[in-house]
Amino acid sequence: MLELKELSFQVETEGQGKEIIRNVSLTIPERKLIVITGPNGGGKSTLAKLIAGIEKPTGGRIFFGGEDITEKNVTERARMGISFAFQQPVRFKGIRVLDLIRIAAGKQLSIADACEYLSAVGLCARDYVDREVNASLSGGELKRIEIATVLARNAKLSVFDEPEAGIDLWSFRNLIDVFQHMRETIADSSILIISHQERILNIADEIVVIRDGVVDRKGKREEIYPGLAAGAAAVSECEGQIRAACPGGNAQ
Amino acid sequence: MMKLDEIQRRLLLEVADLHEIPEGAYNIRSNSQSAGRQSTANIEITSKQEVSGLEVRIKPGTKRESVHIPVVMTESGLKEVVYNDFFVGADADVVIVAGCGIDNCGNQDSQHDGIHRFYLEKGAKVRYVEKHYGSGDGSGKRILNPGTEVYMAEDSYMEMEMVQIKGVDDTVRTTTAELAAGAKLVVRERLMTHGDQNAVSTYVVTLNGENASADVVSRSVARDHSYQKFDAKIIGNAACSGHTECDSIIMDQGRILAVPGLEANHVDASLFHEAAIGKIAGEQLIKLMTLGLTEAEAEEQIINGFLR
Repeated sequence: MLELKELSFQVETEGQGKEIIRNVSLTIPERKLIVITGPNGGGKSTLAKLIAGIEKPTGGRIFFGGEDITEKNVTERARMGISFAFQQPVRFKGIRVLDLIRIAAGKQLSIADACEYLSAVGLCARDYVDREVNASLSGGELKRIEIATVLARNAKLSVFDEPEAGIDLWSFRNLIDVFQHMRETIADSSILIISHQERILNIADEIVVIRDGVVDRKGKREEIYPGLAAGAAAVSECEGQIRAACPGGNAQ
Repeated sequence: MMKLDEIQRRLLLEVADLHEIPEGAYNIRSNSQSAGRQSTANIEITSKQEVSGLEVRIKPGTKRESVHIPVVMTESGLKEVVYNDFFVGADADVVIVAGCGIDNCGNQDSQHDGIHRFYLEKGAKVRYVEKHYGSGDGSGKRILNPGTEVYMAEDSYMEMEMVQIKGVDDTVRTTTAELAAGAKLVVRERLMTHGDQNAVSTYVVTLNGENASADVVSRSVARDHSYQKFDAKIIGNAACSGHTECDSIIMDQGRILAVPGLEANHVDASLFHEAAIGKIAGEQLIKLMTLGLTEAEAEEQIINGFLR
């Protein structure tokens, strides 16, 4: 489905070129849930942005469904079936939750249908559908709405950048169900999740560890996960909870 | 009732959401003439004698009635000044819909200066909606200079929704309000300018009585080479509260000057202002593009939401 071939991304800082991603080659097959993990600053989020087209690679190619999409912009990739959930969701004055879900679905969804997506992420739909996606929403609410918009897109490839960041424990448990359900219901689709969470790593078909901009390890969950747990690259649920409760001490 | 042509009908729809003759009291002014008028048992509309304009008298206690006074202009080169006075009786609760649409296909400027004065008696409640709209591809300008004066007695309430989204070349809007004890004024202004348009909006709200309050909020978008000035001043002469906010999106070569002003003449006056001007955030565009919109479509959604 998605193939990254020797992908590189370099930025200029203080006159010096810094490589964030170095020659990464990866294949995301159909009907798979892949989790990309690894230490902070290793290039995981950048990789997700390169896939969505938000950043342009400085080297290598990206193929989606066999087609070279390296030169395609964000809109074109979205229309081809790539969906992206932001780590830090964006707020909009005046745009309602309903509007955003309708834009995501690409059609005039009925309010009842839009509500289903909100219910799926654990929000009482009736209370939220008419709310504006503005500063009146908490970080956790916003995050769940962000995930609801990705569900509404029904895309071939859904990319989630740290979906657990800023989310409370109750909805975190639901989040796992959301991913499981997505995998079962979207035919021929794949899910790519950037995460540190052990419970998310636990539902992965495959795990990719990115460290210092390169693929450190990759393979089936059964092969990779034990080594991660021992090396403490993954964060336990309890620690995740503490992070969620302390926004200052978290990437969110 | 004078027959309205297609353009006049379209303007009426734009400024007053009117498809047909409104229910309740109304006066439709078309090219400086009355095209239809109706008073009701509680609302009387009469013409002024010395100058052009109307007197609208609303009886005390009138509830859930509306007054529509739209103006349409389709003749190029027409210039008019109209004085409309509204006397709203005690404890009345009404909706007043004004608005002006100009279609100018000619090469001479068309101008409508509407001076509205509102006198609200004790406990009166008014929702006032004013929409401005311009169309036509002539070189003559479409000019609207609304002047609004509001005099609010004790415990009266007025909500003003002022909308100018399209097609008006030049506007100087001046709004003044004086509030007695317990009166409350809420202003929601929405403005979009494009091309070489100019829009100046000035508010002076004076809070004279205890617990009087005002909330004046403007949301605007300046595109192309247009210019906007938002000048809102709240004066607190008693234990009162006032808030003014100007929130603007700037695009292309647009220019915006925001001049929020507060004057407290009483130790218990609580006044504050907010003003923010900026372009559309890049991340907002990107988010909507990841949902499949083009950059232009994303921009339109963001502006439509902002000016909702």
